[in-house]
Amino acid sequence: MAKTILESSDQVLLTTEKLCKSFGGIHAVKEISLAVRVGLIKGIIGPNGAGKTTLFNLITGFYVADSGVINFKGQRLNGFSPHQVAESGIARTFQNVELFDRMSVLENVMVGRHPRTKAGFIGAAFRLSGARREEELIREKAAEILEFVGLGERAHRPSSELPFGHQRVLEIGRALATEPRLLLLDEPASGLNASETRELGRLICRIRDAGIAVVLVEHDMSLTMEICDEILVMDYGRTLAEGTPRQIQENPMVIAAYLGEETIA
Amino acid sequence: MNRVLRYKSFQVGSFGLLLALVPLLVTNRYYLTVMVFIGIHTLLVVGLNLLMGYAGQISLGHAAFFGLGAYTSGILTTTYHVSPWPAMVAAVVLTVTVALLVGIPALKLTGYYLAMATLGFGIIIHICFKELVWLTGGPSGLVGIPTLGIGKIMLDEPKAYYCLVWVATTAAIALSLNIVDSRVGRALRAIHDSESAAGASGISTSRLKIWVFAVSAVYASVAGSLYAHFITFISPSSFDFMFSVKLVTMVVVGGMASIWGAVFGAATLTVLPEVLTTFHDYDIVLFGLILMVVMIFMPQGLTRGALDIWDKYRFQRQRSLLVNR
Repeated sequence: MAKTILESSDQVLLTTEKLCKSFGGIHAVKEISLAVRVGLIKGIIGPNGAGKTTLFNLITGFYVADSGVINFKGQRLNGFSPHQVAESGIARTFQNVELFDRMSVLENVMVGRHPRTKAGFIGAAFRLSGARREEELIREKAAEILEFVGLGERAHRPSSELPFGHQRVLEIGRALATEPRLLLLDEPASGLNASETRELGRLICRIRDAGIAVVLVEHDMSLTMEICDEILVMDYGRTLAEGTPRQIQENPMVIAAYLGEETIA
Repeated sequence: MNRVLRYKSFQVGSFGLLLALVPLLVTNRYYLTVMVFIGIHTLLVVGLNLLMGYAGQISLGHAAFFGLGAYTSGILTTTYHVSPWPAMVAAVVLTVTVALLVGIPALKLTGYYLAMATLGFGIIIHICFKELVWLTGGPSGLVGIPTLGIGKIMLDEPKAYYCLVWVATTAAIALSLNIVDSRVGRALRAIHDSESAAGASGISTSRLKIWVFAVSAVYASVAGSLYAHFITFISPSSFDFMFSVKLVTMVVVGGMASIWGAVFGAATLTVLPEVLTTFHDYDIVLFGLILMVVMIFMPQGLTRGALDIWDKYRFQRQRSLLVNR
């Protein structure tokens, strides 16, 4: 399946080929091949422990794959460390929100500008004009992103004071600040109420419309079915099915393994 | 932005002014000497605070960098007759090199393991100071280190040295304030709060940790050189493990991740043993006790702890005002 997508489009941004990772004999990710195309939202669903987060950690350099290839914009990502992956244009969020708690909302997003800026210790310590100008640009860009995600008014609050839903959004904002071509969201709706989830769905669509491809690991089925263009179903580290939301909903294997009859009724 | 900058310049400016008043009012040589030591300790603690308070990496071997600065300055100026200022620069270069060599493997470790590695490093350097008798003079120390001079003016009076040390320390404080409020400073704080999120935000956590280790070693080296030229005699006991612990205590008491807290911590723990001379043999017990009490009751450090209490008080007052209305 992944192969047909690969061949049918020249707009492929990220591919993995037969990616494998095991932890002490347990195959967390087994031969996952996927393709993410420009301008689309791809959902990855599957029961707990299916290997979804492990897949994210492999792509973003937090884990090293046992075998298989990760390709991003024609560049092999195997062996990249997390910061190199971020530099190459992939940003991510975490399942358990990982914010910089002792910083303000704005500063959190400013950190996200790190891979696109370069002032070092000397420039910072002596406030050299280049570093000063850059700092100004970082601040402007971060403020712009906060407006985009809808947290503009909270810029100077400590990030730990934000309600949980806003913390998730802030984490997305920080990821966007790295100017990614591809954004990986790890269960962004978990812990959010219905209206926050709808709001989040709209934000993700706006991100896609801005030309950033999105990969979404999510348990909230209504959100996934509504906003995703393609869905990959994982079970026990393997690909169970892949296709459009409609195809997935009608796939008997998926229904049997994961969704359950009532859920789709 | 500009407001923050102006506020910071105001802070540093008034701090400098306050310090400039001291030699006009204080003429007692002993007090001035204590002030010099506070300055040297502040310099050390401000540097260590960048590593510990901001980047969240513990070093139990910082006395070694202080010692490397002092001994390099001492040996070059006595045995090899190099003039003090170039010797000080050489000390910085050597210390940074050592810091990088130690930091590259050590900073791959985290938490207790990093603490243990730096502890081991500190002990090794201390043993070198003691055992390389031909170079360092061994346990009996190195004597006859010249005092510093600027041009023809020798800074051999405590008052003159006070000015030199505090100019250097105030400059170091200003530089640190600039660093923490910059791209690099944010990255350091990011590493402290969440190393994985820092990595995902494009920060090379390992490289940055090594660099901040080296930067804090520069502070320690300069402090060491200033120390050597001030007391003109150095021996290994000034650079032992206990001194490393004292430095860590100063950072913690002052408040992690607070530059002004570092000044406060250094001042408090330099003055305290002088005041409590009766306890002199037990001062390390006292330090341990202070560390424990501060960690239990004010984990953010004394300055932050006091500010928190003040905030709480103000908040309650505001609320009671609202309720009464």
